[in-house]
Amino acid sequence: MTTVATHAAGIDAFIARGTALTGAQGDREAASGHLRAQGLPTRRLEAWHFTSLAPLADVAFSAGAQASARAATLLQGCGIDALAVMNRVVFVNGRFDAGLSRLPDGVGLSFFADEPAFGAIARPERDAATMLNTILAEDGARIDVAADVDAGTIAIVSVGVATDTPVSFHPRHRIVLQRGARLALFEYALGEGEYLHNPVAEIVVSADAVLTHVKFQDEAPGARHITCAYVDVAERGEYDSFTLTVGGSLARHEVHVGLLGGAAAAHVNAAQLLDGAQHADLTSVITHGAPGCVSRQTVKNVLSGRAHGVFQGKIYVDRVAQKTDGYQMNQALLLSDGAQIDAKPELEIYADDVKCSHGATVGALDDEQLFYLRSRGIPDAEARAILVRAFLLDAVELVREPTLRGILDDAVERHWRKGA
Amino acid sequence: MPAVTETREAVETLGQSTYKWGFETDIDMEFAPKGLNEDTIRLISARKEEPSWLLEWRLKAYRAWLEMPEPQWAKVSHPPIDYQDAYYYAAPKKKDGPKSLDEVDPELLRTYEKLGIPLHEQAILAGVEVPEGEEARLPIAVDAVFDSVSVVTTFRKTLAEAGVIFCSISEAVREHPDLVRRYLGSVVPAADNFYAALNSAVFTDGSFVYVPAGVRCPMELSTYFRINAKNTGQFERTLIVVEDRASVSYLEGCTAPMRDENQLHAAVVELVAMEDASIKYSTVQNWYPGDADGRGGIYNFVTKRGACRGARAKISWTQVETGSAITWKYPSCILQGEGSVGEFYSVAVTNNRQQADTGTKMIHIGRNTRSTIIAKTISAGHSDSTYRGLVRMMPKASGARNFTQCDSLLIGDQCGAHTVPYIENRNMSARVEHEATTSKISEDQLFYCRSRGLSEEDSVGLIVNGFCKDVLKELPMEFAVEAQKLLQISLEGSVG
Repeated sequence: MTTVATHAAGIDAFIARGTALTGAQGDREAASGHLRAQGLPTRRLEAWHFTSLAPLADVAFSAGAQASARAATLLQGCGIDALAVMNRVVFVNGRFDAGLSRLPDGVGLSFFADEPAFGAIARPERDAATMLNTILAEDGARIDVAADVDAGTIAIVSVGVATDTPVSFHPRHRIVLQRGARLALFEYALGEGEYLHNPVAEIVVSADAVLTHVKFQDEAPGARHITCAYVDVAERGEYDSFTLTVGGSLARHEVHVGLLGGAAAAHVNAAQLLDGAQHADLTSVITHGAPGCVSRQTVKNVLSGRAHGVFQGKIYVDRVAQKTDGYQMNQALLLSDGAQIDAKPELEIYADDVKCSHGATVGALDDEQLFYLRSRGIPDAEARAILVRAFLLDAVELVREPTLRGILDDAVERHWRKGA
Repeated sequence: MPAVTETREAVETLGQSTYKWGFETDIDMEFAPKGLNEDTIRLISARKEEPSWLLEWRLKAYRAWLEMPEPQWAKVSHPPIDYQDAYYYAAPKKKDGPKSLDEVDPELLRTYEKLGIPLHEQAILAGVEVPEGEEARLPIAVDAVFDSVSVVTTFRKTLAEAGVIFCSISEAVREHPDLVRRYLGSVVPAADNFYAALNSAVFTDGSFVYVPAGVRCPMELSTYFRINAKNTGQFERTLIVVEDRASVSYLEGCTAPMRDENQLHAAVVELVAMEDASIKYSTVQNWYPGDADGRGGIYNFVTKRGACRGARAKISWTQVETGSAITWKYPSCILQGEGSVGEFYSVAVTNNRQQADTGTKMIHIGRNTRSTIIAKTISAGHSDSTYRGLVRMMPKASGARNFTQCDSLLIGDQCGAHTVPYIENRNMSARVEHEATTSKISEDQLFYCRSRGLSEEDSVGLIVNGFCKDVLKELPMEFAVEAQKLLQISLEGSVG
């Protein structure tokens, strides 16, 4: 049983580590103040209705050590061949590792560690992941794509290596696409042992720019992945994202997309494949803050074992955002009796000339479909696999960039084989 | 968008004239001293000659209430409520309590007449003598609650012959103490939530219905709630118990005078349906909504919950919510019995500065339980309307099903419509389907109607009625007619 006393001790430990860090002290102190006042979020908070971070206070996390060699081995065995030839910025236990990286040309690239400063969008008072990150951020990538430049694909890879004691790392990334720029960003997280990966990203998509953002969260079974991304999209800009979550014991992927210029678009798609006692929470807030914007969201959960999947998705339409077109679909497939899904698709609408809808379905595999396949001689396990893959296809096929799409297809396939 | 521009203008000019139930009845009243404390509760209990267990129950609820924070999660905002600045007991002065309609204060009867509530059994029964141009009405038994107390219950004899008990809850406490003691608080516990605890402490009256096994209630039952006195809160409590294979249809209506200050209405309704029993509970809520600038109106903070205790029991909530400055209300079903059914049909209309946060909870506990939720929300003027609902499939609810549909219609660009559904599934074979849409009245539909010679207002009325049809058709016929009229009046001035 967790007591209030150990909570306070755990919170003090986070704050003490933050005090020892240099750079942007004012922001860190403000964030520490918030953490001290609010504590870690529990299910009593409406924004955390289905997930509690209180257990984090019970773990004695410390900063991770250098572990390049081990990280290299993990990367070699990760099963994503495309990564070897991809421009990539690799972080090991939250610190940039030049040896494992393959830096891109033609884009502005710098690091948080060289000049610690927190941006203006992700503020610690806005959410708990950013609060913790602001106290403890040490490094992170800053990518700046100049106007009208197509920067191709760049990967930001995080490798967590925890051998004896639990470690935590809190990278702070910032991605800026100038007017008309294009980038395919592949965010990939993996590791071993017990660690907390708490990345926060600030993303700016300027007018007419297009950012494809594919994330594959494949953390170690003992890992916790608590993240928050803030995305501001200007007029006619496009943020096209997909997040696949398969790893970690406790995960929360939170994203706030602001469509701030007319005719901007956001696609915030995701899939979570969970098993065992995994708990993964996907929370999104899409704000239509300008007229004529489009948002699309398809979210799929496939849950086995005693896994607990959470989806909270809010579409907020401001009074000025007339002609908004918002659509959200979330579906969950429960493959075992102990699995659990909680969903809260939410519409908050203040403009009248809008078209907004959401749909949600939850259930098991369709017996009739299963029967159809079985009657054609397909074994039970394989028939189920076919149906689950078909269920996921709706979401995964929304990724248009072929290399990244291939990575996701393989990941789903691997996950399924591992489980079978 | 001509419709929108005109709408905006019309909303701005909307006066207070539309609430025709806003008169006040001048009648001798007896009040408990202002404020809430244990003495007030003792006084209420003593006035009603209650047994000691009920007083204890009230006091326990009161002590729990003192410890509870006011709920903050609903999407409504109002200035803090001073719970000490209201009367918790207001009753029309009476000598001995009326034995028949003849003894009821004629002023009261006139009030109900003005409200269009039939209290004269004879007049209704003598259907042959219906004046020309009026439709013959089916008899409906009515329990009329005026501020804190029930003034009259009609058709008691007819009902008694069928074995149905229909009386005020105060009377039930005296006449049927065992039934009341067994079921009171069994669905909504005394300390269930802030407003339910307040109600448990100070409830003054309400209706009690008991339908014995195998009886199909011979007529529709109805309670009509009227807040009249100034500075009073109304805290009524309704308890309906329907035994095996029995059924009842129950209607609830409510109005209040127009006043500049807000008045609190915190009711609790408990329904118990046993094996194969069925309860249909329909509400047309038309409390005074306040004026165009949001002055005055009723704060309607209500806890309604039904328990399907037996197999194949069915509870159906239908509500048309057009009144109240603030509505906070989630009629719910606890589906315990195997194969039991819960339904929720709702139309919520807000205009001017009204705020509504309403929806339902369907808790599926038993196997093969089913629920349907159809919620239609219409916002106009500067109002905000929220659908908030929960569908929870518990681990034992194998084969359970839910279907939910929430549609919102926005009229004008200064209002808000929100949808907050919670879906929680812990059973693999349970299925939940949810869909929600938000839109405005389509220009195409409007144009189609206008080009066929309908006025803009009639066109919008037609479209709104079509939008609400799925819910309105669930209402008993008389209520449906009433509800359609109400919809039109509520939206008066917001269109065309």
